[in-house]
Amino acid sequence: MHRFANPARFLRLASAILPWSSALSALLISAGLYFALFHSPADYQQGETVRIMYVHVPSAWLAMACYSTMALSSAVALIWKHPLADLIAKAASPIGASFTFLCLVSGSLWGRPMWGTWWAWDARLTSMLILFFLYLGHMALINAFDDPSRGAKAAAILALTGFVNIPIIKFSVDWWNTLHQPASVSKFGMPSIDPAMLLPLLLMALGFTCFFVTMLLIRVRTEIIASKLRAIRMTQIHTAHVAVPVTE
Amino acid sequence: MTRKQRRLYFVILGMLALGAATALVLTAVGDGMVYFYTPRDLQTKHISPDRRVRIGGLVKQGSVVRDGKTVHFVITDLTAELKTTYTGVLPDLFREGQGVVAEGKVDRNGVFQASEVLAKHDEKYMPKDVAEALKKSGHWQGETPQK
Repeated sequence: MHRFANPARFLRLASAILPWSSALSALLISAGLYFALFHSPADYQQGETVRIMYVHVPSAWLAMACYSTMALSSAVALIWKHPLADLIAKAASPIGASFTFLCLVSGSLWGRPMWGTWWAWDARLTSMLILFFLYLGHMALINAFDDPSRGAKAAAILALTGFVNIPIIKFSVDWWNTLHQPASVSKFGMPSIDPAMLLPLLLMALGFTCFFVTMLLIRVRTEIIASKLRAIRMTQIHTAHVAVPVTE
Repeated sequence: MTRKQRRLYFVILGMLALGAATALVLTAVGDGMVYFYTPRDLQTKHISPDRRVRIGGLVKQGSVVRDGKTVHFVITDLTAELKTTYTGVLPDLFREGQGVVAEGKVDRNGVFQASEVLAKHDEKYMPKDVAEALKKSGHWQGETPQK
């Protein structure tokens, strides 16, 4: 892990991966959208509304995967103090918040015609809303300190604490009666979704994953460059202070 | 023990404690996390009759009677049944044999007076022709109560 924690090596690796991951996400998402919108059957119960699922479910998956990434890198940052791990956690939270927001909004748009309500306070929906607030809290906390390293530490503890929510989201539909339906794909045995509908769903999920990787790499790269800039500015200020008495 | 190891064990212990605490809280809250009760729960859990509750189950086949804007139907969980009355607009997915969650109170005659009815969707996704083919061939495994 130390090998990849080196920022210079990370930058090289990121520039090598980025063209591929961005091309792949564009390809997979456009193929996924084509199948989702034009080349997949309507559902026997939901009709055309089923197509919302092709955006809703991958964003929910990615919202949780992104949080797990954030929690893992927070743990690495707390235990091994890798500077890169803090930057990954910082870079991940706005992306995860966006996926969560997309999931909540698309779910609400589906819920209105299907359930008959925009929102229900059942365990799945509520725990997903809490995930959204965890992301917002993480973003606020990380910037709440003058010293970035203190903000990173506080946010890392928040990210780890909030991780208990992830299994709650996943299993809420099995543990309690919820309005939200149980899992169709990520369960033991055969997925209870038709292959013609599973294809666009998996294409979209893969596309979203590539998009997440692309976004994360770009954001971490920006954070590395920003911290370098900060360091340069600090030395400039320092030398300027030293230089002032000489010029006067 | 190095400082790194100490931090590692501290994080692991912290996560274990947090997980245990959450598990205890969730078991303690128990029914509080439930979005709806089943008709069976209504009989066994001694829910106070003047409490507003949500009841979830399937709309019993052949039980829907429309009377103008008012709809009478029976919610069943296949072990217990509950007569329900509702006046208002029903969601698209409301139909016999499908899941439903109704909010309201049980009146003196034992009829559930629903003020809100939501349709519950199951986890099955399939095209219309596949569903029809399955029904025709007798391989339909839907939870449609045949009673």
